[in-house]
Amino acid sequence: MGEVRIGKFILAKAVRLATLLVFLCILTFTLLELSPIDPVTAYVGADPAVGAEQRERIAEHWGLDKPPVERFCSWFSSMARGDWGTSMIYRRPVPEVIGSKFLTSLALMLTAWILSGVLGFWLGIVAGTHEGRMADRLIRLAANVLNSTPAFWIGMLLIMVFAVGLGWLPAALSVPIGVAEAEVTLAERIRHLILPALALSITGIPGICLHTREKTCEIMHSDYVLFARARGEDLHSIVRRHVCRNVMLPALTLQFLSFSELFGGSVFVEQVFSYPGMGQAAVQAGLRGDAPLLMGIVIISLLFVFSGNLIADLLYRIIDPRMKEGGYE
Amino acid sequence: MNSKTRSAFWNLSGVRARAIACVTLFSLLFIALLVTGSRIGEEDLLVSLDNTFQAPGLGHLFGTDWVGRDMLLRTIKGMSISMQVGLISTVLSAVIAVFLGVMAPVFGGAADHLAAWLIDFVMSVPHTILIILISLACGGGLRGVITGVVCTHWTSLTRVIRAEVLQLKSAEYIHIAGKLGRGRWYIATRHMLPAILPQLAVGAVLLFPHAILHEASITFLGFGLPAHEPAIGVILSESMKYLTVGKWWLALFPGISLVLVTVMVEAIGKNLEKLVSPHAAHL
Repeated sequence: MGEVRIGKFILAKAVRLATLLVFLCILTFTLLELSPIDPVTAYVGADPAVGAEQRERIAEHWGLDKPPVERFCSWFSSMARGDWGTSMIYRRPVPEVIGSKFLTSLALMLTAWILSGVLGFWLGIVAGTHEGRMADRLIRLAANVLNSTPAFWIGMLLIMVFAVGLGWLPAALSVPIGVAEAEVTLAERIRHLILPALALSITGIPGICLHTREKTCEIMHSDYVLFARARGEDLHSIVRRHVCRNVMLPALTLQFLSFSELFGGSVFVEQVFSYPGMGQAAVQAGLRGDAPLLMGIVIISLLFVFSGNLIADLLYRIIDPRMKEGGYE
Repeated sequence: MNSKTRSAFWNLSGVRARAIACVTLFSLLFIALLVTGSRIGEEDLLVSLDNTFQAPGLGHLFGTDWVGRDMLLRTIKGMSISMQVGLISTVLSAVIAVFLGVMAPVFGGAADHLAAWLIDFVMSVPHTILIILISLACGGGLRGVITGVVCTHWTSLTRVIRAEVLQLKSAEYIHIAGKLGRGRWYIATRHMLPAILPQLAVGAVLLFPHAILHEASITFLGFGLPAHEPAIGVILSESMKYLTVGKWWLALFPGISLVLVTVMVEAIGKNLEKLVSPHAAHL
């Protein structure tokens, strides 16, 4: 019985992912087709040594002279086989470029994700248990202002204060300049990660904080908290026994649902800190018309967001005992 | 207005009176900034190489940039350009949201499924990446950034309107109109649209902060407005170059202005919401 339901669930998700991916491929291809950027010019750059004849040969080599539908089919089948083409900027296969960039970005995103989750959750609980009082007002004000603050500007502020003003931390890049890749110590890497991760996590805090606050307020007004108070439990034990347990799951779910904002935010943060990850690669690919790389990044970003949504979905279905009773759907 | 409500209005003690005052004040500020900014021309921003990089002071409240232009004037002009872009994007997104949000449930079936799927699709890719892609397809510039922002921002409002219309669909007066032989188009435009107008207004105002922030961010990355159109994103991206040499005012004040305008519009939206659905104000 249960296995059939799980099977159905997996099948439904797989079909959904497949339709999203196919449609995304069609959309990306169409958009890049509409783009005024000429792939041959983007490839050879402003090199005057490349004549018109050579350009034609390159176009022919890539099959650019064929009709769009035919080109889409051949492109799509090679994508499906795992051949994602060669990045024009890095002159390496796209999966290779994305692979190394993704790991760099993942370190940044994961740190920021955990940091914003923990801080946001804690601030939300503090605000919710002090509803209407000074702490609550200040936290809400800060969260609302941060909600209206662009990620890149937060990054610039951090550079101004911690890198330029105080000189505590490096302002840019993920490794020190002039040091060979292999000789970079872990401590140096971490030092370069702090500011970008802080900037990215600050943008993630308001969402989780305000959500946790709402839930906490709701719980604090509930009958079981009233009863706990009547039994003589202090605030600390109420928070530990009743609030945390009830707020944890929705907060965690929300945190997984925020993968889209996390990825989007990392683009800006990486750009500000010249942090060589996926986000910066996406910007470079976009500005310089590197179509294969941009397409690869678009697809990876969809997979990233999809996996976040899937985990959120599973969390509810597997961890929450109430959902277990009700079964799937 | 009798004397009692008038006095209540002026002493701003009631929730509604305060909400009205807040909306009026901030809207006036918004319009003032928009108009002032658009009246600043090239002739006000003359290059004067004698006072480059002046720190903020009495002469130049926001300091001056690398060719001696007054940063306060540049910021106001930049904000007004960004606000115009934000306004256009917001209106276009709202139009799409109304169309899809009303039509999908009214026609039901395949149309509704399609709309729901489209919303899911747009939300399944990070907005930034999608805007970069769309702006690239449009060849960058103003058109690119507006198309990108519009294509990614219609979803949340569409959801709100669709939910509202789904509720309306089971209302008696809609059923009666249907039984009286009114067509779907007539019902959608004459009965549904007026009923959702308040939510639409609030939703559109609350959409603006997202639109202007995304516009500024995308322009900052270099995809949006070109460098000769000094929107706030362009100003901030230029100030990046002087950040590490300690010219903090180039980035600080324009950024604060952007945040303030965004917070202001957010406040307008939230207060409008209080006025439109009074029960929400007492939660």
